[in-house]
Amino acid sequence: MRAPAIERLGLRTTGLVQHLGGIAVFVGKIFLSAVKPPFRFRRLVSEIFDTGVLSLAIICLSGATVGAVLGLQGYTTLSRFGAEGSLGAVVGLSLIRELGPVLTALLVTGRAGSAIAAEIASMVTTEQLDGLRMMSIDPMEFVVSPKALAMVLVMPLLSALFFVCAVFGGYVVGVRLLGVDGGTYLTSLEQSVEFVDDVAGSLVKAVTFGALVGVIATYRGYTSEPTSAGVSAATTGTVVVSSVAILLSDYVITALWGV
Amino acid sequence: MSEDGGQEFRVVLDGVDLTLGGRRVFRGLSCGFPRGQISVVLGGSGAGKSTVLRLIAGLQRPDGGSVRIAGQDITRISERALFVVRNQIGMLFQGGALLDSMTIFDNVSLPLREHSDLSEEAIARQVGQRLEAVGLPGTGDLYPRQLSGGMVRRAGLARAIVTDPEIVLCDEPFSGLDPVNVRRIEALMVELNRRLGITLIVTSHHLASSLRMAGRLTFLVDGRAIAGPPAEVLASADSRVVEFLEAERDGPVATGAAESAADPGAAA
Ligand SMILES: Nc1ncnc2c1ncn2[C@@H]1O[C@H](COP(=O)(O)OP(=O)(O)O)[C@@H](O)[C@H]1O
Ligand SMILES: [Mg+2]
Repeated sequence: MRAPAIERLGLRTTGLVQHLGGIAVFVGKIFLSAVKPPFRFRRLVSEIFDTGVLSLAIICLSGATVGAVLGLQGYTTLSRFGAEGSLGAVVGLSLIRELGPVLTALLVTGRAGSAIAAEIASMVTTEQLDGLRMMSIDPMEFVVSPKALAMVLVMPLLSALFFVCAVFGGYVVGVRLLGVDGGTYLTSLEQSVEFVDDVAGSLVKAVTFGALVGVIATYRGYTSEPTSAGVSAATTGTVVVSSVAILLSDYVITALWGV
Repeated sequence: MSEDGGQEFRVVLDGVDLTLGGRRVFRGLSCGFPRGQISVVLGGSGAGKSTVLRLIAGLQRPDGGSVRIAGQDITRISERALFVVRNQIGMLFQGGALLDSMTIFDNVSLPLREHSDLSEEAIARQVGQRLEAVGLPGTGDLYPRQLSGGMVRRAGLARAIVTDPEIVLCDEPFSGLDPVNVRRIEALMVELNRRLGITLIVTSHHLASSLRMAGRLTFLVDGRAIAGPPAEVLASADSRVVEFLEAERDGPVATGAAESAADPGAAA
């Protein structure tokens, strides 16, 4: 019984290595087409537009809601110590380094990441990518790369938008409903958020998450089976794998970015 | 295998082995497609007609054997090198394979935009002319989802021929077309072949139109090919060819009989 188990382990391992190699080549091709002509700016812009617009409403709504919850919760806790004046700091700090980028990435995964995977997978099923190959057009460069790059560029913007909406949500609850002074709220927010530690850290996270979701969504779509089951597997696979990757890499970045 | 009875083959499949999804689709398939002629590939559904075209296009690499286009073996060349070979090949896919995020005009003009430096007017003229030729004038601003399956396929044909390639591969160009359009597409293919000397390789199970235009028939059975001039293949004593021809002849009649037999039951 031992030998087959070891054999299976070996097979699993080589399979995994092969898979990782495939992803590495895939990422390399995305990089190459970003730096090497022909540059497909118009396709990139239209993908940025699609990804951004797709996620705009959900990001604003979720941001405001999360901010409101933080405002409520923060106020209740802080008022026990008579420190309601720090509400802005509590809302801002929990948002900028953790909740902002992570929740944005999870929401964008569900909204735009799954859509990208489904679109590419259905292009595989309907031979649209083969159609491009027959016109001597590389689908990596024409379809995959613009979508993955758009994700990297859009994620920090959406993350910033999420932050702004959440600060607004916290303001409405803390200042308008619970009576914290508006000036105090904003000053405490402004004084507690550092540029290098917080804003840059937040950007690094957003860009990393964007790259992860962009690569995972396009890879799952591109390598899907040419069937409708393949399309649905690519879609759910993208959401599951991206979500786990976002949370894991969030821990790693937090640990590395000097706590 | 590049000569056969004095004919010169543009495309040659030589001893091709291929297993897909655990099924041996081809075992030692050898066949050739003559330069400047219309070749029709026949066979039942699942016989491997589409796969033959994918092999010629370099979209599918065989497990063994070689595929040669104008003498060049394309089975072991890089994807980049294939892009050069494909500049000479246009392909109509079974489902049209148009990009559904683009209009018909943008789809058909894409090969010109990518690989030629024609002016905007010249592109518009050429695209308009090809759309006219496939019987779809004035559809340029529509999206593929706004067209029927047969119309999408005809737009796919317009895209395949827009760059005047030397070889055109057509997967089931007649399925889902009304009789008028079957005639139109058939006439277009004959004209492309006569006027421009294009080598056409067409898969079909539409026997009548195949016989009218085919200069050569290739019959796929059991992972091999029975090929030759139409008369020769049709006279073939091979039982599987005979069976296919009989079924084709009796098919519609038999189905009609079955339907009318079932009708009273359905009515009651
Ligand atoms: N990607 C694939 N994976 C597994 N099997 C395939 C694949 N493509 C084709 N096949 C199989 O190869 C055979 C030939 O397919 P195809 O060339 O599409 O037949 P035809 O066009 O003559 O109907 C079929 O049995 C089909 O199931
Ligand atoms: Mg087929």
